Amino acid sequence: MTIRSNPLRDPRDRRLPRIAGPCGMVLFGVTGDLSRKKVMPAIYDLANRGLLPPGFSLVGYARRDWADEDFAQIVHDAVRQHARTEFREEVWKQLADGFRFVPGDFDDDVAFNELRRTIDQLDEERGTGGNLAFYFAIPPAFFGQVAGQLSEHGLTKPSDDSWRRVVVEKPFGHDLASARELNGILDGVFEPRSIFRIDHYLGKETVQNILAMRFANNLFEPIWNSNYVDHVQITMAEDIGIGGRAGYYDGIGAARDVIQNHLMQLMALVAMEEPISFAADQLRQEKLKVLKSVRLPERLDQHTARGQYAAGWAGGEKVPGFLQEDGISRSSHTETFAAVRLDIDTRRWAGVPFYLRTGKRLGRRVTEVAVVFKRAPHQPFGESSTEDLTQNALVIRVQPDEGMTIRFGAKVPGTAMEIRDVNMDFAYGSSFNESSPEAYERLILDVLLGDPPLFPQHEEVEESWRILDPVLAHWDKKGRPEQYPSGTWGPSGADKMIARDGRVWRRP
Amino acid sequence: MIELTETDAGAIATAFVRERKRAGSPAMGMVMTLVVVTDEDHAHESMAAAQTATLEHPARVLGVVRGDRRGHGIINAQVDIGEGWSGESAVIRLKGEVVPHAESVVLPLLLPDSPVVVWWPQGPPPDPAKDPIGALAQRRITDAAAATRARTTAILEQCRSYSRGNTDLAWTRVTPWRALLAAALDQFPVKVTGASVTGEKVSPSADLLVAWLNDRLKVDVSRSASGGPGITEVVLDSAEGPIRISRSDGKLATLEVPGRPPRRVALKRRAVPELMAEELRRLDEDDIYAAAARRLVRMRKK
Repeated sequence: MTIRSNPLRDPRDRRLPRIAGPCGMVLFGVTGDLSRKKVMPAIYDLANRGLLPPGFSLVGYARRDWADEDFAQIVHDAVRQHARTEFREEVWKQLADGFRFVPGDFDDDVAFNELRRTIDQLDEERGTGGNLAFYFAIPPAFFGQVAGQLSEHGLTKPSDDSWRRVVVEKPFGHDLASARELNGILDGVFEPRSIFRIDHYLGKETVQNILAMRFANNLFEPIWNSNYVDHVQITMAEDIGIGGRAGYYDGIGAARDVIQNHLMQLMALVAMEEPISFAADQLRQEKLKVLKSVRLPERLDQHTARGQYAAGWAGGEKVPGFLQEDGISRSSHTETFAAVRLDIDTRRWAGVPFYLRTGKRLGRRVTEVAVVFKRAPHQPFGESSTEDLTQNALVIRVQPDEGMTIRFGAKVPGTAMEIRDVNMDFAYGSSFNESSPEAYERLILDVLLGDPPLFPQHEEVEESWRILDPVLAHWDKKGRPEQYPSGTWGPSGADKMIARDGRVWRRP
Repeated sequence: MIELTETDAGAIATAFVRERKRAGSPAMGMVMTLVVVTDEDHAHESMAAAQTATLEHPARVLGVVRGDRRGHGIINAQVDIGEGWSGESAVIRLKGEVVPHAESVVLPLLLPDSPVVVWWPQGPPPDPAKDPIGALAQRRITDAAAATRARTTAILEQCRSYSRGNTDLAWTRVTPWRALLAAALDQFPVKVTGASVTGEKVSPSADLLVAWLNDRLKVDVSRSASGGPGITEVVLDSAEGPIRISRSDGKLATLEVPGRPPRRVALKRRAVPELMAEELRRLDEDDIYAAAARRLVRMRKK
């Protein structure tokens, strides 16, 4: 006789970790960086924290002449090198029992049949219960082929009481048309709620931190509108160049790589109205409303900027310019810095511009949202007293050292009345960060638990492309991006762009 | 580190601020005060465990080291803000007549407006909530397995004196077992008809596990003794056959469910800092522990 609910579970029992139910994962693209540096270590870390179900199985699929043991060796090396938590033999044994490998091309029917057999066998031997996540750690160009094969071999349709899910990584297309095509391919094969789009820069932790800050407090909401906010700056800066990613980066550029997904999502979270609840659907609706109310400036030449990093010194290191990087054409027009002004046409945000910028080889690695407030309408202090006082600001630091800074004016000790900017800082704790799980651990666990993702669904992806496409088209007609010295905060065009509105970029 | 001899709570509080300023970060993001009540022999080890455990939650850690009660009262203290650690700590050594009034030293040093946790790494007081220092705290953590007297009944005593906010590390130790048992029943949802727990003869954790299973499953749970380490086997009986988790080495367990080949599962016994970290994660009342503690008392009455 079977029972409905598990008597050992109780919602009040918050010590018990949410262990994923019986399941397995099929990993496509076993040899890539993503798999070795992120996915495999995250799986080990989850197992080490006791969050994977007994019998969890991992199937690798790749064009390699490997046996199960060879695959296990690859995972072993990846875990040894990149796992966050300590390597423990007993955890490894538990995991390694469930490793399988299926060799084959993406168009190999025989191999996909073999994959099917392997999966059925795992159900039998390890009790994975027919629950499977397919992780596409492969270039998007192959998504269609692999999804098609899975569907053809009957792997995408779960039987009763089981699930099949798919995990894909950005980029989610390179413009509106390609995004729609990609969504079409996945939607045709998987249920929309079974498609997990991963945006690891915007880990769930960050999303939840922003939501908690905005909606769990009474302190910020009253001033979170155009009455008090002057403008918002959202920055994601990297100090590194494109490294070995020339093949991916050339032709994509900063706007597609970062603004379309990370920065627009951050903007939506900061600007959205309070959702009815924190259910994924409700959040999505509110984010979508923001994205739908976004208006581009009419003069794109005045209110956008782009650039390419030039050779120079960054942080004491001599670095090549973008056009000198291996694998980049000397005449490439791909931008490594992009900045745009967006306006949100709602009552809350009318007249409050959002400035989004991102770039490579900038001053330092930082992602932050700076909400800059209007000046006090009247200063009872003399002009000389407030010379050093700028605008109040609230800065949400996303990375590194996640936290929040509030900038406000305070009197300088002494006889004269002099007011100067001071900062009040909150960090989620330097040590806390070390032990907090990697974004991938949370993501993978969410996938296995079937937690509806806080990550973009296809409507949001398409909406952000709708916003960005005209900017990209405008830039396409404009020739080469402006050069900026490596290790600085971007091209002069970006400074001019914001100066036109009488504002300056914050130095993050 | 600042050494203070023949001092008082006010001087210790000033030393905290001075150390912070010296380190260049007067701002602090500490979220709780953790009071560690210990003796000289265990002071070092217990403070180290407390610091590791508070990595996740920057805290002011106050070590109260109780010495001999005879003679006039002396308070010596070492104040330290951690390097590579975001909290701050003071080891406060008490001697003489001040020893029974340790709470008067602790009270002025509690961080404003944030939770207080008291931990007795060794001998727990018979009724933690009535203990003068325990009464200052929202959360009181004992360790029945580290009791120095009446070891066989230590957990029973703690369960009897259970009060909102009490927990015991013996309970923390069974979390991985409970998680695995719950997961096993998720995968193999059967009606459990009986259960048994095998472990060391004196094992407060095994006793609590019995009480929990009895409370949740409403079936008889037998308890038998083995050489350990810790808990070595838990069996849930059902009409379809037993679900069995056995672990003989304290590290790797085997999970058996009817009709399936056995599977290996990592189930390592955890060290005290890890246990404490779990305890500090939530500071509200642990309802499930409360129920298990009540059940344990009722089972012993029979």
